Amino acid sequence: MTKSNKPIVWSLFAAGGTLAAFLAPVLVLLFLLAALGRPPLLLHYSQLHAFAAHWFGKLFLLVVIALFLWHAAHRLRVTLHDFGLRQDTAVAAVVYVVAAAGTLLSMLYLLRI
Amino acid sequence: MSRKPFVREVSKTGWYFKQPRYLRYMSREVTCIFIGAFALLLLCALGRLSEGQASYESFLAALQGPWSIFGLLVVLLFAVHNATSWFNVTPKAMPVQIGEDFLPGKYIVAAHYAVWIVVSLAVLLLAGAF
Repeated sequence: MTKSNKPIVWSLFAAGGTLAAFLAPVLVLLFLLAALGRPPLLLHYSQLHAFAAHWFGKLFLLVVIALFLWHAAHRLRVTLHDFGLRQDTAVAAVVYVVAAAGTLLSMLYLLRI
Repeated sequence: MSRKPFVREVSKTGWYFKQPRYLRYMSREVTCIFIGAFALLLLCALGRLSEGQASYESFLAALQGPWSIFGLLVVLLFAVHNATSWFNVTPKAMPVQIGEDFLPGKYIVAAHYAVWIVVSLAVLLLAGAF
């Protein structure tokens, strides 16, 4: 039997969905406040830089960005099939490569802070 | 196989308009587009943060404006839809058994909503949004 990578991508999807359910609305709200011209203290440069400089902040940002990306990638793969796009292998390659690239990029950014 | 098989005409691209429940299913699935877009916005913010103060502050300035507000409101709507639809199926995803019986689903859902509210308020408080 060929080994399937489904358990891995599915668990990332489920973990990301749960994290997004608890955290995405409030995080979007923080950015909405910034868009309205009154960013919360955390989104000021000095505060956010200090947060991202701490190991806990780094871990938090990495987990949030990576899991949101992998959640979206896996669900988008299934949803594009539902929208009538049946080239699953190509779709899977694109969405997972974007998620992996985003994960690596966020690590790179965090190491530079 | 019969010589005249019955082939039901189903549109590959528009089938979910046939029934409200299909449309509700799709509304849950498309939340991922907005979660993904928000993750990319976070990634962008992190990239600008790593480039220094000037770069990050020009990002914050570019974030202001009616189009960002509109876009983020739409993202917020779908993020909340993801949260509520996610929590509403938790009794099916992880039923809690106590002895012979199962804990009624409403308690599992209510517990998730309670944690969601506490977490959201804690983040707003810690982020200095008030």
